[in-house]
Amino acid sequence: MEWETVIGLEIHAQLSTKSKIFSSASTQFGQAPNSQACAVDLGLPGVLPVLNVEAVNKAIKFGLAVNAHINQRNIFDRKNYFYPDLPKGYQISQMDLPIVGEGEIEITVDETTKVVGVTRAHLEEDAGKSVHDMFNEYTAVDLNRAGTPLLEIVSEPDMRSAKEAVAYAKKIHALVQYIGICDGNMQEGSFRCDANVSIRPMGQEKLGTRAELKNINSFKFLERAINLEVERQQDILEEGGEVVQETRLYDAVKHQTRSMRSKEEANDYRYFPDPDLLPVEISDELLASIKENLPELPVEKKARFIAQLGLNEYDADVLTSQKSLADYFEVMLESNEKNAKLCANWVMGELSASLNKHQLEIEESPVAAAALAQLVARIGDDTISGKIAKDVFKAMWEGEGSADEIIESKGLKQMTDTGAIEAIVDEIIANNAPQVEQFKSGNEKILGFFVGQAMKATGGKANPKLLNELLRSKLN
Amino acid sequence: MSLSEQQVTQIAYLARLSLSDDELKDNTKDLNAILGLAEQLGAIETDSIEPMAHPLHMIQRLRADTVTEHDQSDLFQSIAPKTGNKHYLVPTVIE
Repeated sequence: MEWETVIGLEIHAQLSTKSKIFSSASTQFGQAPNSQACAVDLGLPGVLPVLNVEAVNKAIKFGLAVNAHINQRNIFDRKNYFYPDLPKGYQISQMDLPIVGEGEIEITVDETTKVVGVTRAHLEEDAGKSVHDMFNEYTAVDLNRAGTPLLEIVSEPDMRSAKEAVAYAKKIHALVQYIGICDGNMQEGSFRCDANVSIRPMGQEKLGTRAELKNINSFKFLERAINLEVERQQDILEEGGEVVQETRLYDAVKHQTRSMRSKEEANDYRYFPDPDLLPVEISDELLASIKENLPELPVEKKARFIAQLGLNEYDADVLTSQKSLADYFEVMLESNEKNAKLCANWVMGELSASLNKHQLEIEESPVAAAALAQLVARIGDDTISGKIAKDVFKAMWEGEGSADEIIESKGLKQMTDTGAIEAIVDEIIANNAPQVEQFKSGNEKILGFFVGQAMKATGGKANPKLLNELLRSKLN
Repeated sequence: MSLSEQQVTQIAYLARLSLSDDELKDNTKDLNAILGLAEQLGAIETDSIEPMAHPLHMIQRLRADTVTEHDQSDLFQSIAPKTGNKHYLVPTVIE
């Protein structure tokens, strides 16, 4: 039987505020255990949570960026369950009236563009961290993370393959960084994905029973975990069994998912409005001012790159896929507006290849944007050829200096002195009579031989355009 | 609406309350009396009334995003049943 995969994602984006969502304790990552868990975070008696204005602003920013309805009146609820890293016995979240309502975002997979619905996005507090391997008989609890603001972004079950799910997750990941609400660091858990996966016979409208996959901390694992789960469900259904609705943990090391039994019986969270928190009201003025100050969104940036810089769709898409990449490219443009395509080629070509090879992020690049801009400018003004530029780039990567310094010290400047090139061309023509005959009898391809000889004689520094012109005029 | 003893047992489990048979009977009776009282509200026409999330007609005050808390973990941990390596320790939880 042919099956159709149906996927919805729940993304937890940690909002990059200085203090927690309901307390004035710091959210800084990697501090001494429990040093940033205050009385409110610990849920000690008599404390009162007070909402952080920046968490609200950042949630609104996200809503506006996905064209969502903002619920200007929204409410916090208690989600009740017991776990050692949840000191109060409930998590403050939003159920009936979340801050962000329905929105949408476009994704592109294999050159096909589709719209994925965002069902809602709500504010909530994170739980602490349980460490199971520090003591033999105990679980150790660090509550520094408790109370960190999260935006849970829930998608519609609109994705039909693991690839689409990854494309959507990457889009949201790029977006939250563009609008400056989340640092997107997946290793530190600032951006986490849960996937709801089900399958149904092709053509059937009714959704199959879904499993929720948790513990996925990279896009690579997201794709693997979904594909693995689809296979598991197909095997069950094709053998006449039934898929059970459950939460499954992905184990990246063993590449398998396993059932989290403890979550099954506890699915009754008994939500009710939190009496400690009053309804939140967002004024028209606040909404308007956030809208006005929203930075350029990836989709707008892409359109501008195409319209203003004349880049093609593919280049514009790649360059806007990550904020850091777009930022790098735009710094290069500051001094290189007319070489936009050349800048794009260098960022996506040599630079990306070198970064990949050394497993570096663009922020860690040994060649800064302004430095690469100078190199591209030297190609643009014919100081060096594109081929020589690759050698200069390698030297820059190794820290040998700026483009201009390397060109100068290694004497790589292109020969644009017609007289000097002419002398070399004359000599080559005089020494290679048989090849000259071949050219004259109509063998155009032999021109390459002369170009090669001239480049060899000049160490690759002859201006190719000038050289070609001279060769043709002399040979004819 | 009324609750069965079975439902009360389930609610007690979710709230981690241990009830004896007598307590279960008493609590079921008390809870049903409370629900009966609340049920009187059913006589009122509420279709055009927006549900209240809070009894006070006020809106949430927002706090500036500044860090003002300092580390008081030693003080807090002094009342914890068990601690180690600056962590709170609880009986092993297996996932």
